[in-house]
Amino acid sequence: MDFKDVDRLAEYRQGARDWVAEHVDPAWAEQQRVSGSYHTPELHALLAGQGWLGAGWPAEYGGTDNDPDMAAALFEELDAAGLHLDGWATTKMISNTLLHTATEEQKREYIGGALRGEIIIVLGYTEPDSGSDVAAAKTRSERDGDEWLINGQKMFTSTAHRGTHVFMLTRSNTEVPKHKGLTTFMVPLGSPGVEVRPIYTLGGQRTNATFYTDVRVPESARIGPVDGGWGVMHVALVFERSGGGGGRKSGPTLAERVAAWAQRTRRDDGTRVYDDATVKERLARIAIDAEVARLLGMRTAWISATGGLPGTEGSAAKLFNAESAQRQHWDLLDILGAEAVLAREAGDAPLTAAVEEAWRRGVVGTIYGGSSEIMREIVAERVLGLPRVRARS
Amino acid sequence: MDLSLSEDQLTLRAAFAEFFDKESTLERVRAAEPLGFDQDLWTKLAGTGAVAMGLPEDAGGGGASALDLVLVAEQYGRRIAPVPFPEAAAAGHVLAQASAAELVGGVADGSTLATIALSPAHDGRLRLVPAGAVAEVVVALDGDRLIALRRPPGARPHVAPSPNFGSSPLADWPLDEGEQTVLATGPYARQLHQDGVSMWQLLTAAALGGLRASALELGVAYVKARKAFGVIIGSFQAIQHRLADVVVAGDGAQLLAFEAAWARDAGQPDAAALASMAFLFNADCAFRTARECLQFHGGYGFTLEYDIQLYFRRAKAWPLALGDSRREYERLADLVYAEHEGEE
Repeated sequence: MDFKDVDRLAEYRQGARDWVAEHVDPAWAEQQRVSGSYHTPELHALLAGQGWLGAGWPAEYGGTDNDPDMAAALFEELDAAGLHLDGWATTKMISNTLLHTATEEQKREYIGGALRGEIIIVLGYTEPDSGSDVAAAKTRSERDGDEWLINGQKMFTSTAHRGTHVFMLTRSNTEVPKHKGLTTFMVPLGSPGVEVRPIYTLGGQRTNATFYTDVRVPESARIGPVDGGWGVMHVALVFERSGGGGGRKSGPTLAERVAAWAQRTRRDDGTRVYDDATVKERLARIAIDAEVARLLGMRTAWISATGGLPGTEGSAAKLFNAESAQRQHWDLLDILGAEAVLAREAGDAPLTAAVEEAWRRGVVGTIYGGSSEIMREIVAERVLGLPRVRARS
Repeated sequence: MDLSLSEDQLTLRAAFAEFFDKESTLERVRAAEPLGFDQDLWTKLAGTGAVAMGLPEDAGGGGASALDLVLVAEQYGRRIAPVPFPEAAAAGHVLAQASAAELVGGVADGSTLATIALSPAHDGRLRLVPAGAVAEVVVALDGDRLIALRRPPGARPHVAPSPNFGSSPLADWPLDEGEQTVLATGPYARQLHQDGVSMWQLLTAAALGGLRASALELGVAYVKARKAFGVIIGSFQAIQHRLADVVVAGDGAQLLAFEAAWARDAGQPDAAALASMAFLFNADCAFRTARECLQFHGGYGFTLEYDIQLYFRRAKAWPLALGDSRREYERLADLVYAEHEGEE
């Protein structure tokens, strides 16, 4: 066994920092924070134009010669600079899915366009009446001559107001069991009949509800077989849940920053916050939880790196990570005391409101990408062999 | 990064799984209560070399790694074996570090049962020494002196045991009884003792991990068999989700114990903090798991007849030997969040 945390990208870090210093407008991060739109078109175009989006992709679909490790270091450095790349995250997820499920022609069109920065793909799975039960989608797709007619509504289509296509799960057959009547499409967001309405969230991010009224798409927009959409979704969901993990982020953690704050801050009665035994206990528990979350993520990464598929291990890591992050935020807010409620705009919020922002952002962690309840169900069923709670449909 | 065990480690683990399966059945565990010590099992365990394996080779030991010891401790915990393995291994480690050649020799050849007093002497005695009722030698801190107290061997228990819910062979040791040897003095004495406690924490963490896994097996088997309202209770979401939570935390607890062992072997600067984390988290997981699984047994969980109570009692008692865990959390905080002047 060896738990050494080798930074695979160490030799690229400085180059990535230099790139960010040279190309990134410091105003972008603040624009994202204030608008809630976690996609900056100028940045996306820059990354595509310089070939960074295409790094590591097959040349026949538009892959570039850029070093994939440098690209990975670059994306991490942008993240550290407070920049979200949500448009690229979903585009990459679906491009990977298309690599396994689309026709040659579709791969060249969509992946090629995505790597050149011309196509930005958003996710259209969730609906007003279905979230975790994703296969219950009701948005209709009906054949009409050489075309398909799409009618319905999708929820949480983040970045749809900046995207070009929505990768959509639709109901093509109502006469068969729900998993067998689904078909997936690439629907251009510029089509007549598409409407995008903003939804604002607790975490500050803007997402969307999207409406589709008699939207026409050609047969060539269909991904995978008619009524075979659930098979395509299986691939797509693997790419959604198999994020990286196991690495230590550079710079102090939120808990370390709060600990340092507690060590230099006195309460009204003159005592130092850090000298309160209950504060120390909570900080220690947070450190343990963080280490456990890191190790579970490391296990997932290790299984992937050694050629395995981290199924239940990925669910375990996701569950512990999201739940422990929320527990951490609640405790850190309490430790900061009354001032913990202050927003960044207050000007004198502790740690520039880093804890309150993380707290609000973290709320969705136990909900999206498979809710904690679904993760527990997977563990109970597949690890412990307990019977499925709900009936199969 | 490599999370796999070597061939040798897998063989070692399988060998001790087999040993404890055979030699520490729950009938034997029950028969050893209330004292919590089985002389025959202890003799056999010493005969396998398990107690000596972690000692340096020049002291008659096997030079095994902390990870090897953790693998053995896990199997020991799985069968809640009525022998003081973590205590003896930690005491042997301190004696070897202090170059107490004669005492180490006895530990290495299995003739001497040594243990470690986790708390310093107070008012002239060592209070509730783990394995104190059955040990011939106790390694302890008395002020700034690291001492070994020795009693002549005899029929066990040597010292009047203090009856307790963990069925642990606890006993008080007055400092003025027995032969006393000073092993070290000053800061070095404290450092050696703390390192011994850290080794005990690591092995107890692994033992609690094994205990947790067995308690979970019992609980899962029960909820798969027991019916209520016409269906097996394991089909209830309230039970499934709580079991899933302890499974996931338990996976993390095991990884944490392995990481702490690796850190000790590799001389990592955070090895002591990781041992403390592994101890606290495994204690928490073991008790939560045993508690949930006892709860799911319904009324039977409250009876002495069902085995889950054997795990439940020890899951709380083993870590309590070190005192209130809140104090250990505080100590850990100081290890993790070392103070740096002038930082943000």
